[in-house]
Amino acid sequence: MSTERPLVEVHDAARWFDVSAPWLERVLSRKPRSILRAVDGVSFSIRKGETLALVGESGCGKSTIARMLVGLYPLTRGSITFDGQPISNMQGRSGLALRKRLQMIFQDPYASLNPRWRVGRIIAEPMLAHTDMTEQERDDRVDVLLTQVGLHPSDQSRFPHQFSGGQRQRISIARALAVNPEFLVCDEPTSALDVSVQAQVLNIMKDLQRNLGLTYLFISHNLAVVHHVADRVGVMYLGRIVEIADRDTLFANPQHPYTRMLLSAIPDMTGQGRKRTPVAGEVPNPLNPPSGCTFHPRCPFVRERCKIEAPATQNFKGVEIACHGVAEGWPMQV
Amino acid sequence: MRAALSKFWDGDLAWSWRHTPVAIVATLTLLVMLIAAFGADWIAPHNPFDLATIELLDALKPPVWADDGTTKYLLGTDSQGRDLLSALMYGTKVSLLIGLAAVAGAMLLGVVLGLISGYAGGRIDALIMRVADVQLSFPAILIALLIDGVARAVVPGDMHEVIAFPVLVGAIALAGWPQYARTVRGSTLVEKNREYVQAARVIGISSPVIMFRHVLPNVLGPVLVLATVHLATAIITEATLSFLGVGVPPTSPSLGTLIRVGNDFLFSGEWWITIFPGAALVLLVLSVNLLGDWLRDALNPRLS
Amino acid sequence: MSNILEIKNLSVEFPTRRGTLKALNDVSFSIAAGEVVGVVGESGAGKSLTGAAIIGLLEPPGRISGGEILLEGRRIDNLSDDQMRKIRGREIGAIFQDPLTSLNPLYTVGHQIAETIVTHLPMTWSQARQRAIELLESTGIPAARERIDHYPHQFSGGMRQRVVIALALAAQPKLIVADEPTTALDVSIQAQIIELLKKMCREQGAAVMLITHDMGVIAETADRVVVMYAGRVAEIGKVRDVIHSPRHPYSVGLMGSIPSIHHHVERLVQIDGTMPRLTAIPPGCAFNPRCPQVMERCRIERPDIIQVGTSQAACWLHETKEAS
Repeated sequence: MSTERPLVEVHDAARWFDVSAPWLERVLSRKPRSILRAVDGVSFSIRKGETLALVGESGCGKSTIARMLVGLYPLTRGSITFDGQPISNMQGRSGLALRKRLQMIFQDPYASLNPRWRVGRIIAEPMLAHTDMTEQERDDRVDVLLTQVGLHPSDQSRFPHQFSGGQRQRISIARALAVNPEFLVCDEPTSALDVSVQAQVLNIMKDLQRNLGLTYLFISHNLAVVHHVADRVGVMYLGRIVEIADRDTLFANPQHPYTRMLLSAIPDMTGQGRKRTPVAGEVPNPLNPPSGCTFHPRCPFVRERCKIEAPATQNFKGVEIACHGVAEGWPMQV
Repeated sequence: MRAALSKFWDGDLAWSWRHTPVAIVATLTLLVMLIAAFGADWIAPHNPFDLATIELLDALKPPVWADDGTTKYLLGTDSQGRDLLSALMYGTKVSLLIGLAAVAGAMLLGVVLGLISGYAGGRIDALIMRVADVQLSFPAILIALLIDGVARAVVPGDMHEVIAFPVLVGAIALAGWPQYARTVRGSTLVEKNREYVQAARVIGISSPVIMFRHVLPNVLGPVLVLATVHLATAIITEATLSFLGVGVPPTSPSLGTLIRVGNDFLFSGEWWITIFPGAALVLLVLSVNLLGDWLRDALNPRLS
Repeated sequence: MSNILEIKNLSVEFPTRRGTLKALNDVSFSIAAGEVVGVVGESGAGKSLTGAAIIGLLEPPGRISGGEILLEGRRIDNLSDDQMRKIRGREIGAIFQDPLTSLNPLYTVGHQIAETIVTHLPMTWSQARQRAIELLESTGIPAARERIDHYPHQFSGGMRQRVVIALALAAQPKLIVADEPTTALDVSIQAQIIELLKKMCREQGAAVMLITHDMGVIAETADRVVVMYAGRVAEIGKVRDVIHSPRHPYSVGLMGSIPSIHHHVERLVQIDGTMPRLTAIPPGCAFNPRCPQVMERCRIERPDIIQVGTSQAACWLHETKEAS
């Protein structure tokens, strides 16, 4: 295993949103400030060439952390570095050079392309911002990119609405690859697509990763898709990471009670009558998270300590996990 | 060019137009009035402002179908012997020119301010919107009167005629920009959070470029509908101001001026001097409004 | 077991200015009492449209242009709006995808459930209210006696969907049409709702038509599955059969393209191309341009539904096999 520094390092990153009512209203109704802790202390690293998947349900903060990684949201706390350089510094000249190396693919294929622009112009936009290629050079590169994602060079003169969801997502990928980035953040890129179209897009993404040496951060709520694409998987719950492990380890031997609950809740095509951890409760309101370990109201193994103290992340045989029960070796069999 | 035109004709908008009788009639009416107005120099039977051609003896002649009428003056003449039909055509031109200019001005100011307000947010947004709110609490006529009054006080007497037009256009435009600003600001707030804008930010495009090249084309739709409605309002505002005597100078009367002047003769029997300009105004505004109504319904998103 | 629902050669058309679009073309299947039949397909396959046609909520200008829909042997596709309204709620219950818009935000949950009961069953308002409380309890809503007077916005997404299920089952209908009931919910809630739906429908002996694009949900919930493609039926069979030995090449591609958490493949099975739009359905078999096993006949003649083992598939491959 190489000892070189990971490409992306995230350390205790947090993003809080102030969603309080306006000042006057607060004074009159004596309400306290409302802070949404969308991401509340997340740490992980990604090696060059690998795919880290972040998985979780609504309100867990995975989309927020994705946007923090590309500089769309400033950090409230903590640090994110890309190849040693802090992401918080994405303004100005040096910021532009940094932006060239990381790009993002969004979830909604219908909203991520400007409906008034032609496809060729959309794909060429990063080139205009970062390089001084001539128009002919840009045209040629757009042809190459369209072919790489399985579309036709003549498609560059058409408008997004003339394409299907899966094709639009490919156009998004082509745009993201326009200036040869090293790192792609993919925010639920196939969640809005039909299953067979999803297969096409996932296959292309894997091919591209292999051919171009890309590093991916893959956000999803779909564990089966994650199982297909990821090398390592991180599970998020209410703004924190509860477990990170290698893909095979996580799926074969999940440690955190939430991970186990998630895995047993997935509707499965092949199995019937498999063991299930009882599924209880719903994701609480992120504005008012439970005390201590935020998962404690739904945890079948909860004890007093869980209600008071939030567990720290510890490393157990290569698995990073935040759970008192695992740390202290409580019996947690179903 | 031909390909684009035939594509437009096949498109949904043209199909809707072809199947909405009201829209067709309104468009045709407007077309006729536009030709009459802007072709006045060539097709008007007389030039009512050329003092040499006016014959005082022909004053107060009724329209052609009345007892005393002649085919020389189809719609009769006013108290000075000026042909009413020609005066109507020139008057429509004046009304339309002022209306279109005012709409263009309001649109430019409103769209830019609305775009900046919506995209920048924060204090800039608050400032622009408060200014708009304050202005909206004054009736447009009052604002126009205020600006006009100030202009007349500031500018020496002989310049009044020269500045009358710009001041009038400016006053109506200034009264009308908040509507555009609010509409555009609302759409901008929505588009700002859309993923294609976020994608542009991730790519590293600067904010002004995003505002004008990405967001602007996508928020212009409702502006178009607003503009047609605003055109009707602008024409009526100008007519009202001219009626009150603070609009266009009497040497190039608009429909409003003609109505005012003719009003004095209404009860002495020479009804045509005020009724015809009034009818023309109503027809013009009605056509514009109906067209605007159709446009708003036709541009509504339907089943894809 | 008798069939609660029978759909025979159903066709639905949309007249547009570009011509008439056939959104459903000769669709046939049936659901027996107590059975859960899944209707699966991708966007545009026509599964939601089938559900809408059954409930009588086809949006104009769409209309049924052929075939019959039979509820317990009686035709319901040719009923008037009034008659259809009586059937909806009493004999057919509906569950839609978005719990937020399925409930009226201005009335309490209890009022809406009781209203449905009173409209269709001979009960007084207080009896209906009591029954509503029981229904809420059986859908797993805690403190039902208090929550019955809450408004929809006071419930979370998963809770709201439970209320919708209670509402759908309130008048004890014989058929439930559920259109993507769990798609908008989190995975952990999805599992709870699926369990609930299965349990309650089994208790009442209702027939269930479960429309979804998610094969996993079908695998957990349904007994049989109907695979739809471009407004037509591609395959019908027991869930286990269709998943493990699909007969129609589209089903084969579909099952292969779904990633699984149990085994790992390098590349997912990929069906090239996309489902044709309604304006561009090819002649013969609608799947023929994308089919890896296409024959000349497929391009000309639309295949009949042919029995293959315990399943039925609309594919010429199997007729050839049978003949030989």
